Amino acid sequence: MKRKIRVLVAKPGLDGHDRGAKTVAAALRDHGMEVVYTGLHKTPAMIAEVASQEDVDVVGLSILSGAHMSLFPRVRAELQARGLGEVLLVGGGIIPQEDMAALEGEGFARLFGPGTPTTEIAEWIQGEMERKWQREEAQEGSRS
Amino acid sequence: MKDPGELTARLLQGDRAALARSISWAENGDPRFARVLEAVYDRVGRAWRLGITGPPGAGKSTLTNELARLYREAGETVAVLAVDPSSPYTGGALLGDRIRMEERTLDPGVYIRSMASRGGHGGLARAAVDACDAMDAFGFQRILLETVGVGQAEFEVVGAADTVLVVVHPGAGDGIQAMKAGLLEVADVLVVNKGELPGADQLVLDLEEAVHVRLRPSLRPDRNTADAGPAWTPPVVRVSAKRREGLGDLVAAVDAHRAFLEQGGRLEQRRGERRVEQVRNVVAERLLDTLWGSRDLGRALAGRLDAKTTPYAAAAAILEPILAAIPYPESEPSAGAAPGGANGA
Repeated sequence: MKRKIRVLVAKPGLDGHDRGAKTVAAALRDHGMEVVYTGLHKTPAMIAEVASQEDVDVVGLSILSGAHMSLFPRVRAELQARGLGEVLLVGGGIIPQEDMAALEGEGFARLFGPGTPTTEIAEWIQGEMERKWQREEAQEGSRS
Repeated sequence: MKDPGELTARLLQGDRAALARSISWAENGDPRFARVLEAVYDRVGRAWRLGITGPPGAGKSTLTNELARLYREAGETVAVLAVDPSSPYTGGALLGDRIRMEERTLDPGVYIRSMASRGGHGGLARAAVDACDAMDAFGFQRILLETVGVGQAEFEVVGAADTVLVVVHPGAGDGIQAMKAGLLEVADVLVVNKGELPGADQLVLDLEEAVHVRLRPSLRPDRNTADAGPAWTPPVVRVSAKRREGLGDLVAAVDAHRAFLEQGGRLEQRRGERRVEQVRNVVAERLLDTLWGSRDLGRALAGRLDAKTTPYAAAAAILEPILAAIPYPESEPSAGAAPGGANGA
């Protein structure tokens, strides 16, 4: 089986700066992942709907506007409403340490701050997905 | 969602997440897809599949979005499969076509899926047909299959459509370029997009000339079967997707092609050829995957193959026992008794 990591990179809200999101999207692509990029100004419902239609493994949110504490949890809620609670949810942008910690306590797997090397993000996601797929295979193996 | 039975039930209930997962299984070559398809295959064949291809920058995504809008306004449901190339080096892909279709994201009558071309073995063409079959079984009435017209694999993708639109735009070369490109041969309808730009008139004329010089009599057997009346000559339609001009003519041209195929058994012929092609894709892919994957012949050969053995001799050693076991179809395939492996040896 030739499974690929599928990632949605999304920009929620009114923030108009997507250099960072595009840089990360390109870095993940260069790491062998299939990356869907939504463009700017997406609502939480649109992001979750795209994640569902594209059946992605990972959703990465980028935000620089400061509205992360209201928008990020709403994206998570929309994902859960569509039965996508198991998607690996990550985020990045200008986010204070205490907010990062709060989001990581609320179902976000990992927040990446400014200056994070893109390879670190790619390798972390790859490691998480490989472990997740191994767990799934082990489960299916034990069931059958 | 991991169980094919559960997924099938949810697919038939109209759960789009189930459709999305089934397409992932098809892409990954997951054997669970075959079980899903088996359960829903009697529902496949109702959708009209439009292939949309052309060179990069011709405006395929914008046009696809506009067609989706028009079909929605006419009350039809629309699924879009947008194929983008994968990197031959890393295997990664950036899938951005749906940016131009974002206004359809929350429309429950529209499903949009991006697919990366991944690597070789006819796997893309196979996965694209699988995805269309799943969308068709789900109940979408129009399937828009969009891919950039570069490379054989992408060509094969749109070849699986009922009607193929080839989209070109002015300023990308003269009429001789248009005649060179193999793109003309796959077209059922030629679309000159960006029709407001200078050079559009000339491009329409060049294409019309090229179509008449080159495609009559048609290169494709399904266009002029002897018993079924006149051949289909691909019309050249000038549009501006961005300005929403000429789109009614394009929809009419697609309808005309559909009406043409629906006469004299042409549609069944075309779809029959597609089914045979899909079987070929599955056979080729599974054979290669088995030999190079689970049996790992590549590695076994790497140690054994010396500089004196030609690739043909090495391949013959692998293939002959397999081929010898398969009877020839002339020898009554239903009986399957006659051994057909008497080829030389």
